[in-house]
Parts: sequence; structure tokens; C-alpha cells
Amino acid sequence: MSIEVRNLGFSYDSRQVLHDISFSVGKGEFLSILGPNGVGKSTLFRCILGLLSGYTGTVMVDGVDARSFSVREAAKHIAYIPQSSRPIFNYSVFDIVLMGRSSSLSPFRSPSKQDNDRCRWALEKVGISHLSQRCYHRLSGGEQQLVLIARALVQDAPILMLDEPTANLDFGNQLLVLEQARSLALEGYTVIQTTHHPEQSYLFSHRILAIQNGQVLTQGTPAQVLTPETMKLLYGVDVDVVSLYEDKARICIPKNITRQEVSS
Amino acid sequence: MKQTFLTPRNKIILLAVLLIVCILGSFTLGHYPVPLPQLLGILGERLGLPIQPFWTTQMETAVWNIRLPRVLLSVLVGACLAGAGASYQGIFQNPMASPDILGASAGAGFGAALAILAGFSSVGITLGAFVCSLGTVALVFTVSRHAKGDRILGLVLAGIMVSSLFQAGTSFIKLVADPTNKLPQITYWLMGSLSGAKWQELGFVLIPMLAGLIPLLLLRWQLNVVTMGDDEARAMGVNAPKVRLWVVLCSTLVTASAVSVSGMIGWVGLVIPHMLRRLVGSDYRYLMPGSMLGGSVFLLIVDNVSRNATTAGIPIGILTAFIGAPFFLWLITGKGDHYEH
Repeated sequence: MSIEVRNLGFSYDSRQVLHDISFSVGKGEFLSILGPNGVGKSTLFRCILGLLSGYTGTVMVDGVDARSFSVREAAKHIAYIPQSSRPIFNYSVFDIVLMGRSSSLSPFRSPSKQDNDRCRWALEKVGISHLSQRCYHRLSGGEQQLVLIARALVQDAPILMLDEPTANLDFGNQLLVLEQARSLALEGYTVIQTTHHPEQSYLFSHRILAIQNGQVLTQGTPAQVLTPETMKLLYGVDVDVVSLYEDKARICIPKNITRQEVSS
Repeated sequence: MKQTFLTPRNKIILLAVLLIVCILGSFTLGHYPVPLPQLLGILGERLGLPIQPFWTTQMETAVWNIRLPRVLLSVLVGACLAGAGASYQGIFQNPMASPDILGASAGAGFGAALAILAGFSSVGITLGAFVCSLGTVALVFTVSRHAKGDRILGLVLAGIMVSSLFQAGTSFIKLVADPTNKLPQITYWLMGSLSGAKWQELGFVLIPMLAGLIPLLLLRWQLNVVTMGDDEARAMGVNAPKVRLWVVLCSTLVTASAVSVSGMIGWVGLVIPHMLRRLVGSDYRYLMPGSMLGGSVFLLIVDNVSRNATTAGIPIGILTAFIGAPFFLWLITGKGDHYEH
């Protein structure tokens, strides 16, 4: 299942937020979208998900225009994993995951035993079966993110879109969630994430799309995108990009900003 | 969750059993108590069973013409108010929402006051309240369509504003109403009471009540998803604005029906869903039927108190407020979370 965005543009009233964005992601690929705050990453996500409809250009999902999808059809193709979810009422983890089955249920039906089995499978898959009956509100940020991933998996959609999945997580949980996302891509899911971590997108994703001022700045393999020049253009910061472990990892070190000892 | 006997499903079944016990118990209480064997006999005979009457005709009149319609109406009104309250709390993602949030009660009050002023019969008053209640919510909905910004907030704000407009209208009618007969009648109606319940009223509201309650029960899973917010719901394949529209339609229908026969009975729609959240959790698969059953049980018990406490009968609306408000305070100050095991 592939997704292809062609010449996508979007304006809020008179302010143009996205110009002429084009990219494609194939089956089993993990794409990271990098870009500074307020650059239109979320708007791009909302257009692809069909939450915003007044965009120009097209979003093709496996060769079909996403505009032609009904709400249910869209959900069967693309699952969305929000940055965080704060349900106003108190649901168990299992109930939250079960909600992901809704696109397969007719409106007057409640989930069946098969749906429950599917949820157990998804909880097992992301390794949180033991949390099944816990209250979602009481989980840590990393556990909540895994619950939302499990919820997306039971949707049986081949495309997963993660909106800054690591934004609220500690260092360990960030790696846990990204490893999970990568292994899903290896299984054949098409995975797209937005992120503020160039180094992590280098570590985990197959390709990077860099967006600046609502336009594609550059896209390509992580090695092509994670360069001092691109980082300067993207974030306005001078960095040294250091390659480690035979270029299996890269880290960005800000130039001219170094540690200062506390003066007494 | 530990595998215990008290699963949410079993709690619902217990609640249903409790409701049946309360219904049967309601007949044995009152100024003219009917013992259980006679009661079952009368009901059985009416349903066509070949039973030789071992009861007096007076007993039969009391059961069939006075008590049964009142009991059934309490059960239905309680289910409607609590069901609509639970629904509104879900679709507005607001635990403080109650059935009158969109002006259904204020509209019904205005309609009833107008009908009393015009000297209509009791069916005319019910009809006036029902029509005005639906009209008010329709007005709120139309106004909110033109509101800028957040549509849910627009709907709730429009509800508050239009409600207070109609309350002002009701106050004006009370001002000009004849203080010797019409004003007391209006005041009494607004307090909420089931004392005038007859088969006629029941027949009038039964269809709209069922037409609202059944879809609300069927949509209960979708309600769960809608509480996650419109965007998330949409990404999961649920068209939240559409579900919300249907739920508002059904809830309005049941609220208008309930209020038009019973007057203003506050607190049931707010307190009962909260109590049931404690009891069965927030999952609407259990919360919706649970709220409806709980509302029925609660209103039936309160109506029995209202009938039997004094000879005059305290209006049920006053009792629900006396019980509801302190109970709600107890609920919100109660410690502990029902779902953590």
C-alpha cells in the first residue's frame, strides 16, 4: 500500500500554509517528516488524513484519490496515532484499543468476540498485554503511546501516521516507540511520522522529508538529508554532523554553543 | 480486571431485577395498598390469563387506572432523563451536561405555561410543552449553525442563551397569569410532578420516547468513540458530527416527551449517569442501559416517597433536587477511581 502526495497546497483563509508539496511513500517504508515548529507539518497530516478538505493537489492512496473515500473507507486505509490523547472519561486500555475496530463495525453494532480477540493480538504485539485492564489515564506517556499504536493496529489499515510520537516521552520511551514503529514498517506497514529529532529520524527511518516555510526543502535518504547545510537551512543553527559506527548513526552538535562552567 | 461475579454486564442485570422489584413494590405502597398476590392476579387477568377474580373492583381500579400508568410513566421518564443526560455528556465531552442543556426544559416550561394561560386541558398542556420543547432545541441548533469558532461550544452557549430567553418568557406569563387559579397551576407544573399521570398521557409520549431510547441504545458504541474528539473519531472511521446530530435528535425527543408529561424534574439526568459511571465504568455499552435502568429505579423510588410522604404529595422535582444535589456533592468528593484494579 503506497501513498503519493502530488502538488499539495493549503491555505487558512488568505494565509498559504503549504505550497506544492509532493512526495511518495511505498509499502514497508518508514518516512520521517522534519521541520521547525509552525511550518505546516500538522496541516499536512490533517490534509492526508482527510480532516481538512479544502486542499489543492491530490493525495493518492494506492492509486485512488483520497477525496473519494468515505469516512469509514479512509479509516480502513490510514490509521492515525495522535501525539497524545486525553479522553475526558475514564476508559480501560482494552476499551481504548477496541475503539480502533469501529471502522469495521456497522453504526448500530457493538464490537464482537472477534474484535476482542483482535485487540488481545494488538496488545500482545506491542508488548502491553499486562496493561489491558488498567485505566488509560493512569499510564505513563510511553505506555499511552503504545496503547494508541495498538489501537491503530486493530484498525487493520496498512498506512500508519504518527504525529510527533516521541514528543512527550523520556529518552528510553522514545527509543521504545520508534523501534516499535520501525519493526511495523519492516512487517510491511507504511509508516509516516513527524518529528523534531533529526538524529532519531536518521537512526530509525528509511527516508526523510524536510519541510521549511510550507515547502519541501529536500527529501531523500537519511544520509542525504542529515547534513550541516540542511540543518542550517531547516533550523537556522550551525551544527557539526558527526558520523559514528561506520555512518550507522549520526549526531548533530551545535557549533559555537559549548558548555560553560558555572562561574563562582 | 479480576474475574468476579460483579462484571458490568451482571451489574446491569441486577439493576434490571431491582427495577422489577421496585415496580412490584410500588403497588403495595400508598393510601390504598394492594397485596402482591392480588396485584399479580389483576395484571395477569388483564393480560388475558384465565384467573378468577379474588380481588375487589376498587383494587382493580386503583391498580389499573391510577397506579399502573403512574408507575410506568416514572419508569419511562427516569430512563429518558438519565439516558439523555448520559448521551449529552458523551457527545459534548462534558461531564456536566444534562438533558436541559439545549433548552428542552426551558422550552417545555414556556409551552406548558402558555397552554395553561390559554386554558387548555391536560393533554393540551402536554402537547404545548412537547411542541415548544422541540421548537426550542431546533432554534438552538439553527442559531449555533451561524456561530463562529468551535461548533460544540457554540451549541452549548446557544442553549444557555435561548434557555434563559424562554425562562424570561415563562416568568412573564406567570406575571400576567390569574393569581387565583392559573398562576398556582403553572407554578405546580414547573415544580415537576407525576401525580396527574393517566393512560392518555402515557399513550401520547410512549411512541416518541421509544423512538428516541432505542436508537440511543443502538448508538452506544459510537458514543464511546465520539468522546475521543472529532478528529480522532474520524480517523477511526466514525463521523462524529453525524453521530452527534442523531444523538441530539433522539435525546431531544426523549427529553421533550419526559418533560412534557412530568414538568421540570432536575438532577436525574446529571446525577444518575455519574452514579452509573462509578458502578459500571465509562463504557457506553454498559453506561447507556445502566443509566436508563438507574434513572427508572431512582425516579420510581422518589415518586413513591412523593406519593406517600404527605397526603398532598410533595412535587417530585423538589425531592430530586433535595436528594440530587447533596448526593452529587458526595459523589464528586468521593475518593478512589472505580476502574483501577
